[in-house]
Amino acid sequence: MTDTAVTPEAPEAPERAFRLTDSTLRDGSHAVYHQFTADHVRSVVGALDRAGVPVIEVSHGDGLGGSSFNYGFSHTPDTDLVRIAVETAQRARIACLFVPGIGVKDDLRQVADIGAKVARIATHCTEADIAEQHVALAKELGMEAVGFLMMSHMIPPAELVEQAKRMESYGADCVYVVDSAGAMTMDGFKARVGAVKAAVDVQVGVHAHNNLSLAVANSLAALGEGADQIDGCTTGLGAGAGNCPTEVLVATCDRSGIETGVDTFTMMDAAQDVVRPIHPQMGVIDRDGLTLGYAGVYGSFLLHARRASERYGVDVRDILVELGRRGMVGGQEDMIIDVALQLKREGAVAR
Amino acid sequence: MRCAIVGSGNIGTDLMVKLMRAPGLELGAVVGIDPDSEGLRTAREAGLETSHEGADWLLAHADDFDVVFEATSAWVMRRNAPRYEEAGLRVVDLTPAKLGPLVVPPVNGHEHRGAQNVNLITCGGQATVPMVAAVNAVCPVPYAEIVSSVSSRSAGPGTRQNIDEFTKTTSDALVTVGGAARGKAIMVLNPADPPILMRNTVFCALPDGYDEAAVTASVTEMVARVAEYVPGYRLKNEPVFEREHYRAPGGDVGARVVILLEVEGAGDWFPPYAGNLDIMTASAVRVGTAMAEHRAGAPA
Repeated sequence: MTDTAVTPEAPEAPERAFRLTDSTLRDGSHAVYHQFTADHVRSVVGALDRAGVPVIEVSHGDGLGGSSFNYGFSHTPDTDLVRIAVETAQRARIACLFVPGIGVKDDLRQVADIGAKVARIATHCTEADIAEQHVALAKELGMEAVGFLMMSHMIPPAELVEQAKRMESYGADCVYVVDSAGAMTMDGFKARVGAVKAAVDVQVGVHAHNNLSLAVANSLAALGEGADQIDGCTTGLGAGAGNCPTEVLVATCDRSGIETGVDTFTMMDAAQDVVRPIHPQMGVIDRDGLTLGYAGVYGSFLLHARRASERYGVDVRDILVELGRRGMVGGQEDMIIDVALQLKREGAVAR
Repeated sequence: MRCAIVGSGNIGTDLMVKLMRAPGLELGAVVGIDPDSEGLRTAREAGLETSHEGADWLLAHADDFDVVFEATSAWVMRRNAPRYEEAGLRVVDLTPAKLGPLVVPPVNGHEHRGAQNVNLITCGGQATVPMVAAVNAVCPVPYAEIVSSVSSRSAGPGTRQNIDEFTKTTSDALVTVGGAARGKAIMVLNPADPPILMRNTVFCALPDGYDEAAVTASVTEMVARVAEYVPGYRLKNEPVFEREHYRAPGGDVGARVVILLEVEGAGDWFPPYAGNLDIMTASAVRVGTAMAEHRAGAPA
């Protein structure tokens, strides 16, 4: 331990290769049916902050205002969880996710008042223009604004570039390539991140899911193309088969000589001792999780599809594949019931 | 009743096609701001008087009209509204400006036939409020929630920039018109090609003691009433009742009803997938017709 009393000026930290955002308390919300409690937030934020994670995202899985029949009601209101996160973090900045059409501007104003510093404004990858007023509001509120382009695998790089440029034109400080379905391979990430990086002057970030077991590899491939920000979730806790596991990314970077600013062992302890107990089985890529990646289906549909499968006696994989075939996008969880009923009418049976 | 349309975009043009065949409503002019717009060109070709001088032109000719169908944006409507009132013009407002009483024809259309200015909420509101009202007619609804999905191609720049107004105005209507104690609206744009038909899902929290058969009958009857003026409005499935413990706003409940709707447009101006435009303009015509009948002293 360094005694700050005798070394008044800490030595200059080595320059980080990218900025890490841990989304355990946002994307992980999907995996726990949005039942995070004040205690979860206090312990997870405390552990990540000690490890040196610079940005920690806290929100309902579907963003501020996501508590609903369609996505699942929150155990504890977002504003309470964000307040505890802000109070707990000594160094980390607290981020919130916001999806236009689900949340409203007042939700953003409330978390800005509480002390959230980063607003991640998420739209389907072809619909950036619905984020214009919210990106502008985040900037007005003095927040860092991120344009978060979900389901980026669905459009080719050139089209994604057009949407990224729109986000930049609204004032976003960073544009994210988001693989919400965990459907992209390294080539897919490289092509999209490379194209976006070449086209915008702001930072570029990536958010990977592990349905094809490629989340860490995809994140590193994106880093090679110049990604400035990378998302992880501790133990992978997140939608579908989970996200890029933060502790694995940090350890891998450490071994590869890539500076993250996060202490590897402290991060491993946070994963094992604090996050793993919340959801011990996280990290398994089972048939359903793999189906998401294979069929390119929005990851947070998974648990809702399982529920509908049990209720209506139809197969989870059949539901997921049909959702993919119909081209359903993030937010259309109601269509899971629609598909399950359709399969039931057609006489499909649960496997 | 002599009518004018202000706004020559998708909604205004679709409304024009419907008003030209509506009995009792005499469409005199379509007003826009861009002389080269497709909407104004279509109106000219249909033999209608047009102007690209916006509401100013209409106000200069206010004596020639009884009612304005406003198909601009919430912002423009707020600016125009006091001038219409001063000029003695009645307004059927298709923007989410929410200045006059919120109206959904089969729910409360008869209550505001004499109002100077009525507001048609949003397309999602027109599609879902009747269902909330139908459930509320047979059992109290402590919380109603709707999800409205429309094809990206049918959502113009006005809708995109006003997505917050859409959700807030629709949420309000679930309560003030639908009768729920609390409401939430969600809107999703879907870019699938070929475009998806407009879809709406209505969830109502159900307190203990609800009567499944009564809810289903009330919903089915209301669907038929909406389908009288929006022929493509239909249930995708019988209402389903899902029993589970829900921590809904306004109190925990043991069940919800899920009503899955589809709205296929009549294809008047926009193709049939744009049921969202069709239900809005069909509702406007319905409201205008009721106003005309009321004015003529016809029985309701």
